[in-house]
Amino acid sequence: MSAPALTLSQLDHFFGTGEARKQAIFDINLTLERGKLTILMGPSGSGKTTLLTLMGCLREVQSGSVKLLGEELRAAPEAQLVSLRRRLGFIFQAHNLHESLTATQNVLMGLQVHGKGNPAQQRKAARHMLGLVGLSDRLDYLPSSLSGGQKQRVAVARALVSNPEIVFADEPTAALDKESGHTVVKMLKTLGEERGTTTVMVTHDNRILEMADRIITMEEGRVISDELQTPKG
Amino acid sequence: MNKLLERLIGRLPIGWLQLSHNKGRFAAAIAGVAFATLLVLMQLGIQGAMKIGSLMPYSLLNADIIISANDGSTLTDRSNVARARLFQALGVAGVASGAPAYIGILEFRQPDGVPTTLQTFGFSVSDKAFTTADVAAKFDQLALENTALIDVKTRGVDAAIFEELKAGKPYPFEVNGQTLNAVDTIEVGGTFTADGTMFVSDQTFLRFFGKRTSSAPNHILLKVADGVSPTVVLERLRAKFKGQALTIETLDDFAAADLAFQTTERPTGIIFGFGVIMGTIVGIVIVYQVLSTDVADHLREYATFKAMGYDQRFFLGIVTEEAIILAVLGYIPGLFASFGLYQVMTTLTSLPVQMDGARIVYVFVGTLLACALSGAIATRRLAAADPADLF
Ligand SMILES: Nc1ncnc2c1ncn2[C@@H]1O[C@H](COP(=O)(O)OP(=O)(O)OP(=O)(O)O)[C@@H](O)[C@H]1O
Ligand SMILES: [Mg+2]
Repeated sequence: MSAPALTLSQLDHFFGTGEARKQAIFDINLTLERGKLTILMGPSGSGKTTLLTLMGCLREVQSGSVKLLGEELRAAPEAQLVSLRRRLGFIFQAHNLHESLTATQNVLMGLQVHGKGNPAQQRKAARHMLGLVGLSDRLDYLPSSLSGGQKQRVAVARALVSNPEIVFADEPTAALDKESGHTVVKMLKTLGEERGTTTVMVTHDNRILEMADRIITMEEGRVISDELQTPKG
Repeated sequence: MNKLLERLIGRLPIGWLQLSHNKGRFAAAIAGVAFATLLVLMQLGIQGAMKIGSLMPYSLLNADIIISANDGSTLTDRSNVARARLFQALGVAGVASGAPAYIGILEFRQPDGVPTTLQTFGFSVSDKAFTTADVAAKFDQLALENTALIDVKTRGVDAAIFEELKAGKPYPFEVNGQTLNAVDTIEVGGTFTADGTMFVSDQTFLRFFGKRTSSAPNHILLKVADGVSPTVVLERLRAKFKGQALTIETLDDFAAADLAFQTTERPTGIIFGFGVIMGTIVGIVIVYQVLSTDVADHLREYATFKAMGYDQRFFLGIVTEEAIILAVLGYIPGLFASFGLYQVMTTLTSLPVQMDGARIVYVFVGTLLACALSGAIATRRLAAADPADLF
């Protein structure tokens, strides 16, 4: 493996313009190695989501540098961002499934972004992935007839189905009760581990902390602690 | 349907799935497009009927060149021409023959009191070659005074009368206190200027239009000699009559100018032209509304797709897919409804409101373009946004 998964240096970020301009991220310098699970923690408003979206090509880098998979994001053209995004997986607070698509079709969307391919094979891969998150009996359900935890598991399947190099998860359990939340996070961790995926996760689930390789804590837009550990579990 | 579309597009038919997910809105959108299509097709149908109607009188004439007074725009809104011009024109090289044409509108009352108007053409029997073959073949019967050939498609006349006429029983009717005998039928069809058409001899014409004289016909029709170009003769005639208040045109150009006048300068023509534009605008507004609401409703999903690495082409693809579906599903019922309404209008007015193939294609292409255009506008707000700002 050549370049690290992510290298951030002197990263600042501002919201708003003029009087309302407000800094949300202050001088962040980080390097994330490949294949590790990093947990991002911190109180509400500390800048976790902002940082995650900056790292994942979802927000324009204004100042400083973000190197994702060896490529500089600052001032990168749209086409480069699009092709980088295809190498990532994203899981959001809300499941963001498409309401008109079945579970299988939603997962297929994660595959078809890479091109037409063989439809039968893609369908098979999507079904297999849904099996891995324990939804083989819900393949053709629309999101409206799935529970919150099931929906979030479909979102996990959609993010992982194309074997992304990095997975970003922003409080994937926020909308779930404790147990199903834990199931989802556990799945994310296990599946990532099996595939050697780099995972960056924002979570408040304490049981997950000890499984992480690294825990970064933020406050008011700054990194206030950064601990490496040997994962348990 | 899904499988078929998926094969066709090479990805999940998201546009179709999205539209069909919300059945009520989908139905309303299709109805809207159908209505706009119907509106446009109706206006074009009426416009087409006007075109056919305006050109109809010319299709009854058989001549190369027409000489008329220059103070009007149609066949019937001009002063008369002196017949002397005919004799002068016959002296121009290349002119083979000529005839004076008398045109006027006669009104008669049917037994039930319904007034009926007839656009009446008067020709000398010896000039019958200046009418179409069908009329010319029957023209000799008009040598008898007070006889006429009458249009079987005359609006509001009992069909039984024409049946008897065809069987050889003349139909007498009162015009201006005198009796005119319809002795045979011709088939012309509805015009805008009158309920029907009638041919009479010049003698009969002058008897029924008491104020007209044989020395002042409405138009002078000319034929050029074989092998001579009408435009060359036209130039000679224009040179000869230079400075006189005359319009000298080939019959085709004269008809085209009349049509242009009817469709772009007369209020009715302008109104139907506006109708077409209004229908198009209504259609674009409806489809734009549907598609932009649809984009707004799915902004989170689209943002997710964008975060996954889908590009603008993909979103344009979805919306174009939706636009095409709406265009096709709305166009078909609109087309069928307009066939029905054309029929109703033809029956009610005897105007030749007919569908033509080119119109079917043009309006469909127009519907597609209007839908695609609204779709492209609807996706604009997706293009520039950072995915993170769309959630
Ligand atoms: N789109 C935005 N426009 C303006 N300010 C924003 C925007 N998004 C976030 N902020 C501000 O930036 C700061 C960091 O927000 P961020 O969402 O990154 O925090 P967070 O750590 O993810 O919080 P939470 O745990 O509540 O999700 C906050 O002060 C927030 O108000
Ligand atoms: Mg957040």
